[in-house]
Parts: sequence; structure tokens; C-alpha cells
Amino acid sequence: MHGVIDPATADLQPKEEAHGKLLEVKDLTVEFVTRNGLVKAVKNVNLTVAKGETLGIVGESGSGKSVTSYTVMRILDRAGRIAEGSIAFSGLDIAHAPESQMRDLRGREMSMIFQNPRAALNPIRTVGRQIGDVLMHHLQADPRNVKEKVIDILNQVRIARPEERYHAYPFELSGGMCQRIVIALALACRPQLMIADEPTTGLDVTTQKAVMDLVTELTRERGMSTILITHDLGLAAAYCDTVMVMEKGVVVETAPAEQIFRNPQHPYTRKLMRATPRPGITLKDLLPESEASSSTSVPFPLPNPPPQAGEGAGDALSVGDPLPLAGEGREGAAASAADIPLLKVENLLKEYPRQGVTGSFMSGLLGKKGDPKDTIFRAVDGISFEVKKGESVGLVGESGCGKSTTSTIVMRLIDPTAGKITFAGEDIGAIPAKDFAHHPMRRRIQMVFQDPTESLNPRYTASRAIADPLLRMGGMSGGAKMRARVEELASMVGLPGDLLDRFPHQLSGGQKARVGIARAIALNPDLVILDEPTAALDVSVQAVVLNLLEELKHKIGMSYLFVSHDLHVVKLLCDRVIVMRQGRVVEEGTSEQVLEAPKDAYTRELLSAIPHPPV
Amino acid sequence: MTLATTDAPRRPGAFMATLKHARYVISDNPVTGLAFGMFLVLVICAVLGPFIVPHDPYASNTPMALKPPSATYWFGTDQLGRDIFSRVVVAARLDLGIAIFSVALVFAAGGIAGIASGFFGGWTDRIIGRISDTIMAFPLFVLAMGIVAALGNTVTNIVIATAIINFPLYVRVARAEAAIRRQAGFVQAARLTGNSEWRILLTQILPNIMPIMMVQMSLTMGYAILNAAGLSFIGLGVRPPTAEWGIMVAEGGTYIISGEWWIALFPGLALMFAVFCFNLLGDGLRDIVDPQRRT
Repeated sequence: MHGVIDPATADLQPKEEAHGKLLEVKDLTVEFVTRNGLVKAVKNVNLTVAKGETLGIVGESGSGKSVTSYTVMRILDRAGRIAEGSIAFSGLDIAHAPESQMRDLRGREMSMIFQNPRAALNPIRTVGRQIGDVLMHHLQADPRNVKEKVIDILNQVRIARPEERYHAYPFELSGGMCQRIVIALALACRPQLMIADEPTTGLDVTTQKAVMDLVTELTRERGMSTILITHDLGLAAAYCDTVMVMEKGVVVETAPAEQIFRNPQHPYTRKLMRATPRPGITLKDLLPESEASSSTSVPFPLPNPPPQAGEGAGDALSVGDPLPLAGEGREGAAASAADIPLLKVENLLKEYPRQGVTGSFMSGLLGKKGDPKDTIFRAVDGISFEVKKGESVGLVGESGCGKSTTSTIVMRLIDPTAGKITFAGEDIGAIPAKDFAHHPMRRRIQMVFQDPTESLNPRYTASRAIADPLLRMGGMSGGAKMRARVEELASMVGLPGDLLDRFPHQLSGGQKARVGIARAIALNPDLVILDEPTAALDVSVQAVVLNLLEELKHKIGMSYLFVSHDLHVVKLLCDRVIVMRQGRVVEEGTSEQVLEAPKDAYTRELLSAIPHPPV
Repeated sequence: MTLATTDAPRRPGAFMATLKHARYVISDNPVTGLAFGMFLVLVICAVLGPFIVPHDPYASNTPMALKPPSATYWFGTDQLGRDIFSRVVVAARLDLGIAIFSVALVFAAGGIAGIASGFFGGWTDRIIGRISDTIMAFPLFVLAMGIVAALGNTVTNIVIATAIINFPLYVRVARAEAAIRRQAGFVQAARLTGNSEWRILLTQILPNIMPIMMVQMSLTMGYAILNAAGLSFIGLGVRPPTAEWGIMVAEGGTYIISGEWWIALFPGLALMFAVFCFNLLGDGLRDIVDPQRRT
């Protein structure tokens, strides 16, 4: 099955074993040399991959799933080394093979698909030539027939019009298409083992489905073995034969996919399964049994409950509001709350000029879209919606649908081209974005960002980050009063007080998310925009954060505009859902209506593309 | 710094942690330790120079003129019988002073201009960009000569000229770093909490760019010393009899032919020592501030 075998390396060819085991890892321990001594990233891992089998390695961040696969490829970084154990690939001892032999094996016998397809491609070389390089390096093609072979491969990974795309640079292709190119690179030499490390994490659900279906089909066709590394149990369930669950460098459970979802043995597996959003559950169901039964979702006790705690949802007029200045604006809002919605967006339009050269080239490439109006791109194309007081509204769509642009405009960080945004009876769309920082309305609309790490200044401590809105708009200028408010906010979001003086890099992902939430609610806003607040978090942390958000909403009486690509997550938190596509609203309704009886074909497609465990 | 500080108490361990990290980097790369040691020697010379030298650097002693290095005159004597070792040590204050002031000046001007350029973009970027392009269009040393010749032959003008020729370097580094962070999540978050754009620039962007700017400052420090010495060497800077490495090399140059090599050699070595020190220090600082090396 190998195209051309260099005679010099022929004896290095893996010998086929009788019982069809392609990869066998025994008692593998990998350690990293750090300044704090040796750290074992992977401990006593055993795994086997049979010919044609797909093994899923599932685990949260830090579980050692990537380290395990990097060790199999022998691409650990300098500080890492194999401490114990053996890796046999078709009878070949990988753990002790010389680097020259590994180089030969990589790409030809085993290959890898990385998480970020754009980063895995050379940005200044056309994709056709990149695939050609791999083929020629492994002597699968020569300069005369390389183009023809590349186009053949592009056809196999379903790239439309491969002759044109041969000359395309990675930036001219979409994320899904780039991932197909990466798959083409990985499969170019027909390897026996392919390792896919979170291959679809950055992709939309519909693209994820297309890419995964393609990988499955191609590997099945060629009798290849695959290791799929993912944090998504649903994805593993849908595409793997065997699933291995890892936690903190240890394998906790290995079983056939069917069995592991029907009857998970290990408590950690059960916890992961519970935390994965799926149809027909409530927010509380995401938490582990022990915590779901208790009344609060915050795993830390609240020492002194904030004054608003006793009041019902929907009533933002809190008597014990700890902030000055807050009274006036709020009364106005509360008086009008009965008859008009909190936020009303009418015919919102945002246009961007297309990039001159790229635009015309892309439209030339795409052929059909060559109408004369293509000098202007409409990111948001006349959408209208409302958010009522105390209501949670989900804004759902795939990347590029305009949901983030819409939320950024509502946030008043950028100006709309046309349209009206009415917030608490005032037309805030008319206030230029650059002046809005000093507007009294600023404090009433806040946001929780997508990436908790990126949204915190690396040089500010947690308490300084939470204090920022208090200093700028809360009329506080430091002192014991502000410190007390910061501590109160920290306890509301379940952040232990002793973490307040830490810097972001000393906090975990979930803790950073809590800091971001505390900062957003510091001024008791009326509307909080949640921009995929859990997209960068592990599922178990996501479960806790979603519950926390729900609880805070009732406590403070906020409205949420939840921006997300995941309908199942949105349904858990939102009363109503708006589905967007290409800048337009395609469907709007209550969460139940949209998820259980979707009217639009696109919504149905979105729903069916989300993989979930068979439970 | 009322802008960046709050009453939130700083962690008592933070300083110790930085110290520990510095020690780790130095033990990991002994060259960095060497650079810090060299830096310490320079600082001691600059601060304590006049008090520790064995002879008066300005007292001429004609009978002892042009003596080679000996136990009394470690680096020998010059044409007026002045002790070269004393002069080399004392000159450290002037040379370091010029370098530090010019680097501080260019950091303030070029750093802020660069951050504003990268952060605001548009016309701000275009105007600042063209200014630095214009400076870059000249051969830099010739430009410095021109500035000093035009403004007058004083130490202040050497500082200004050295700052001006380094301006584009700072603008470019700061601009690139600020542009990366312009749309970062924490910058957007700061907008939401009511910070004005200039406040964001000074309290959010600037502290995050400081580490890379520190490295840049250390690297240009050596360059600034060379530049100041170079100007003095060609007679456009500090004037004799002031002790300054550039002038001393220039003075000694005429005596090399007649065999009195020590007059030019030792100030030259001092220059080399200083430039070498700051270059090594720049590499070491980069290691210390690089978060990827902190685990």
C-alpha cells in the first residue's frame, strides 16, 4: 500500500503483526522537566489501536490527552521525555527509535491534524504547493506529475474547483476549507495511523459535521486507524469505536463507545457525561449529582448574602443598592418597564467596505456573487428584536452570521450604519460609540467576554480588574468601601477571597471566568451581553458557570443577551432564541419552539449537526 | 502614578517572586549574570567614580607625560601626564548619563507616539509613521552630527540628537505591540467600564508593553553610548579637557603611530565593555520578562 519505498529505508518498514494491532502503548509515563522539578504529565497509560479502528481520547484540559498523542508521534517539546513504558507501532519500537527513522515515519506512516488549521498551514505558500511538497518529500510524486496528484487529493477532500484552489493562499479559504487542506496534507501519503487533535474545535457545527464525516469516510475507505482527541463527548460518541477517558494524566476508563455512554463506570466519566449539554435537560442536570441536589450552584458559601438576594427576579429597583448614582436611572427604567421592552433593536444595519483587491479576487473566485453591489458587505442586514426586563434572549448562529457584530453594536462599541437601538426608552444608537464611555447609560449595559484569559489585563490583579468599573463609573476611588464591594462581588460569583490578589496567569479558566462575570455585574447593570462566555471552558466548568449566571440573573434582576453558536447551551439559559444567518434573522421564538419544532431548514440543519452522546 | 495604582494591597510575595525568577534566569544562563555584574561595575564607576580613583583625572603632570602602564599609573598617562585609569573611570558618569537621558527621552517620546500610532491607527498612525520614515531616510550618524552642529555643541544637544535618531526604533516596536492589543478582550472590557481611550492607552496598553520596551531600552543604551562617544570623537560633542571616552580615543589616536598605544586603547576598551554589557543585558532582560519562560 505504500507508493514508493526507498530501498535504503526498506528494512525500517514496520512489520505487520498477526493480530492486527497497529499501535500498542504499554505503561507509558511522560515527564516534563520544569524549574519546579519533574512533572509527570502522563502516568502509566496503556492503549491499543487495531487496524481500521477509531480510538477517541476524551478529557478536559490538562488531562494529558495531547501529550499522549504527541509522544506517539515523538514530537514532544524539549522539556518532555518518556520516563517509562513502550510504544510499539506495527512492531516498531517508537520509544527508542532514532530521530532519522521517526522523521521518515511521520507523514508517511502516521500523521496528525492539528486544532487550528490556519496555524498549521504556511501562510505565504499556495495550498497546492504545500501538498505537493509533502508528496515530493516522501517520494510519492515527482515535479512532472505533482500538480495532477495534488488536484486528485483536493478532489478527494471535496474541495470544489480544485484547479483554482490549487493556487489559493490559506487566508483566501474559510476555516473549514483550511481544515480540509490540512486533512489532505495528513492523508497525502496514505498513512496507517492518523492522530486528530481537536480537529474541529474552532469550526462551526455544520462544518464540524462535514469535516468529521469526511475524515471517517476517508479513513474507512483506506483502512486507516485514527486517534481522535477531543474534549467533546458527543463528538467521540458519534465517531469513535472505542473511547478512552483521561483525567490528570491517568486513564480512568476505556470501553467501546456504546458501552461507555450506556453504562459509564468511573465517577469522572459520569461527571463529564452529566456536564455535556444535551436535549431535554435543565441547567441543574449539568452539575454532578452531589452539587445539583443542594440549592445553590455556587460551590463556595456566600458569607454575607448581598442585599438584593431576597428580591424577586425582574425587579431591579433594589433598595439596598450599594452604589450611589444608581437610583435615578433605575427608577426611570422601572417605571417604563411595564409597557416598553428594555432593549429594542429596529432594522439594524451594519455595512463594511469590502477590501479592494481581496474582495474582487474572492468574488472572482466565487463566481456567482459578482453583482455590482459587492463593494459593500452587510455584516448585519436589517435585523429587529427585543429583550424584555429580566428576560434571557439567545442570539444563535455560525461564525460570520453577524451575531457578534450585532452584540458589539448593542454594546455601543461600534456604530451601526443605520437602524435604531432603544434602551430603557432612550435612543442609544444615536450616541456615537466613542462618546458612550462617558454616557450614564454605559454602566447599565455590560458584557461578559468569550475568552476569560484574553479579557483580563495580564498585569492587573483580580481585585483590580473587578474594581475597574467601580473606579471609573461607580463613584468610588478606592478605600475600604471599594474593597468591601469587590469582596462582596467575589463572593457573589463564588471566587474565594484569597484569590483576589492573584494575577490572571495564576488563576484557572473557571476562576478567570468568575472574575470577568464579577466585573460585568459590579455596577448592577440592566442588560448583560454574554458573548459565548463558556466557549473557552471545559464542560464541567461550563456547567458551573452557566448555573452561576442563571442564579445571578435572578438575584440582580438582569436581562441577558446570550450570543452563542450552540443551540443546546442557549436553550438551557434562555427564554427566547433568535437564529441568525448571513446578517438576517431566520427564526425567532421560545427556546422550546425553536429547539423542538424548528420551522426553518437552517435551524434544523444546525440542530442535527450537533453531536451528542446517545443517552 | 495615580492612574495605574489602587488601594488594593500588593501581594507581599510578588517582589520576592520576581527576585526568585531573576535568580532562576541568571543561574540558567550565566552570561546574564555576567552582564548584571558588568552593569554593576559601570554603575559604581558612574556614581562613585571621582571618590575612588587614585589620581585627580584633570591634574596635569607634565614630567610624567606619556608613561606606559605601571603600578602607579595602571593604564599609563596621556600627553599631559594625566592618569588614564582615573579618567576612564570618571568618564563613565558622563557617558552613562548621556545614554540614560537620551534613552529616557526617546522612550517617553517614541514609546508614547508608537503606542498612540498603533492604538488609534488612521491619521495618527500616518503622521507619526511619516515622521519616523523621514528620520530613517537619513544616515543616522550624519543626522546626529547635523543636529548637534545646528543646535550647538552641548551635552543637552547630544542627548537630543541621540534621542532623535533612535525615535523610529521605539515607534516601530511600540506601534506593533499596541496594534496587537488594540482589539484585545481586556481593552474592550476597559471601554465598557467607562475608560476613555487615552486612559486605556496609558493604563491598559502601556503596562503590557513595558517589558518589551525595557529590552529595547537596554539594547539602545549601548548604541546611545557609542553614538555620544562617536560625536565627541569627531569633535562635535563634549570638549576637552572633559574626561569622555570618545575624546580620549580621539586624543590618543594621534599617538598610536609613535607607539603610545595605551592612550587610545583603554578608553576604547571601556566603550566596548559598556556596549557589550548593555547588549548582553538586553538578552537577559528579554529572558526575564518573557512570560513563556515563567512556569
